[in-house]
Amino acid sequence: MKKRISLLFIVRRSLRQHALSTLITTLSIALGTGLVMAVIGIKSQSVAAFTGGRIGFDAVLGARGSPLQLVLNTVFHLETSPGNIPWAMYQTMKDDPRVELAVPYALGDNFHGFRIVGTTGTLFTKFEYRDGVRFQAQGGGRFFDPTRQEAVLGNYAARKLGLRLGDNFTPYHGLVFDESMRHDEQYTVVGVLEPTNSPSDRVIWIPIEGIYRMEGHVLRGDGEDYVAQPGQEIPDEHKEVSAVMLKFRNPQIGFIMDATINKQGKVATLAWPIGAVMARLFDKIGWMNQILALVSYLVIVVAGGSILASIYNSINERRREFAILRSLGARRKTVFAVIVLEAASIAALGVIMGFIVYGAIFTAASAIVRAQTGIVLDLLKLHPVFVIAPVCVILLGTIAGVVPAVKAYRTDVATNLTPIS
Amino acid sequence: MPLLTITDLQKAYVSPEGSQTHIIDIPHFEMEEGSQIALRGTSGVGKTTFLNLIAGILGADSGRIIIADEEMTALSESGRDRLRAIHIGYIFQTFNLFAGYTALENVMLGMMFGKGIDAGFAQHLLERVGLGDRMGYRPSQLSVGQQQRVAVARAVANRPHLVLADEPTGNLDRHHANEAIALIREICAENNAGLLTVSHDEEILGQFEEATDFAQVNRA
Repeated sequence: MKKRISLLFIVRRSLRQHALSTLITTLSIALGTGLVMAVIGIKSQSVAAFTGGRIGFDAVLGARGSPLQLVLNTVFHLETSPGNIPWAMYQTMKDDPRVELAVPYALGDNFHGFRIVGTTGTLFTKFEYRDGVRFQAQGGGRFFDPTRQEAVLGNYAARKLGLRLGDNFTPYHGLVFDESMRHDEQYTVVGVLEPTNSPSDRVIWIPIEGIYRMEGHVLRGDGEDYVAQPGQEIPDEHKEVSAVMLKFRNPQIGFIMDATINKQGKVATLAWPIGAVMARLFDKIGWMNQILALVSYLVIVVAGGSILASIYNSINERRREFAILRSLGARRKTVFAVIVLEAASIAALGVIMGFIVYGAIFTAASAIVRAQTGIVLDLLKLHPVFVIAPVCVILLGTIAGVVPAVKAYRTDVATNLTPIS
Repeated sequence: MPLLTITDLQKAYVSPEGSQTHIIDIPHFEMEEGSQIALRGTSGVGKTTFLNLIAGILGADSGRIIIADEEMTALSESGRDRLRAIHIGYIFQTFNLFAGYTALENVMLGMMFGKGIDAGFAQHLLERVGLGDRMGYRPSQLSVGQQQRVAVARAVANRPHLVLADEPTGNLDRHHANEAIALIREICAENNAGLLTVSHDEEILGQFEEATDFAQVNRA
């Protein structure tokens, strides 16, 4: 045991003596390891977040078109709306006993880039964005009154917009913010939701009636243009919705609805199951992730090569040191072990710093993902890559040490004990 | 029982042209336990090769070297390394200290491959050679004479039976050389180690009771 401690002592001293090259090789290992862990970790978490069960709905019913567009538009509040469907379709769904929950969405307005979604109070009273968890208004807030011009803000939207309870704002027409498209209606913030770490955090919810009555909005629920009049009730046949968010009583219903709406029907599209629709998107862009992963593997290989090169180059100047060690009784394999340990130590140090690099990349990436989608990625979520990558990198570093170690192993003692002058 | 017995030791070098040069041919050489022997020889007569053979750094072509009852020449390279670590201390003309290590660490490295590290003994040795206040200094921060004293302390750090000194004062001025050789002799005696010195310096050789011509030992 004593001997091993001493070997590490020699290794540590040698690393310090070659501090600059140690630092550079360590940093390159850190960069490579951090990149690999970040690319794989972020990918795994994003795929899980976008395709997994944290969505709360099983399917989206919307206008005939791309299911992916429908899902992106309604679940993740990205992309444009493919069009509207009549209110009657929402009612049919709502009354269908096989449907556990049907929530209408009406889209088309924003406030400084944050989407305004018109919906009903069901979203707050029945919808569970995670099993057993409903939207909660933060202290003092409440959900909107469907007959008033009131708004409930997602947590992230409220924070970014600086809106608080009691503040007023006016919506802008369109999904993209345009100064000239301001509506005249004023809305009052009556609630700010607790953070959900989901896309809903970026949404401004208002009563669906509000969307219908927004000045300049034309309803075409029955194919004819209709403009809501103040004080008059809007007949159901004129109403329309951008999408109906659905939760089924059991998975088989999705099969049946998929057949009746998508295969036999012509007017609407049922995006189901939502996870699978998103998974197909990730399959399509999977190559991009592969390239990123490949690049980070390459960085590791180059870093491994730099361990090899930097130690190999130092062997010549250290021949005398090895000869002295041998003259003190060190065996050839001890000298070999010193060099291999040195390479492994650089790799291990690099791996430790790699976690810092991972943290930095992850934090930056998750800030972007959050700003774009509202989804919050968890820095500390464990993934096998946090074990596999370090082990592989340390192994690679150790192997990289073998070449210079062989050179050191071959050092001739007698000829290297006297300095060459 | 003798500390060191050498019989029919042969060593030849093969030149790049392929011709063999016999450099060592020693029929018999013996050293008693704790004795101090000086060998006289100019450079190029195989003195260093002789010491390297005894230390097991070089393998002999033929013949036997027996140190403290163990036959160096019968062992593999790693076996010779082990024997050297346990039984032999080596003092070089160029000191061969580790530049990146302090005086104390240099002495401790001398213990590392043998009987184990004893920091207290290492400190004691440095105090003994007058470097008690220089233990944390690196070789570059020490004078040449001080560096040699660190090397002397290191040579006996592992309580060896035999200390080999190869022109131990070659890099020192006259005054320091005389001091150094006296110190080496004292330290070896104190630690019950035999001392085998090779030098071409008559004044150094004169300090020993007896100095033998290396040419008388080596027939090559």
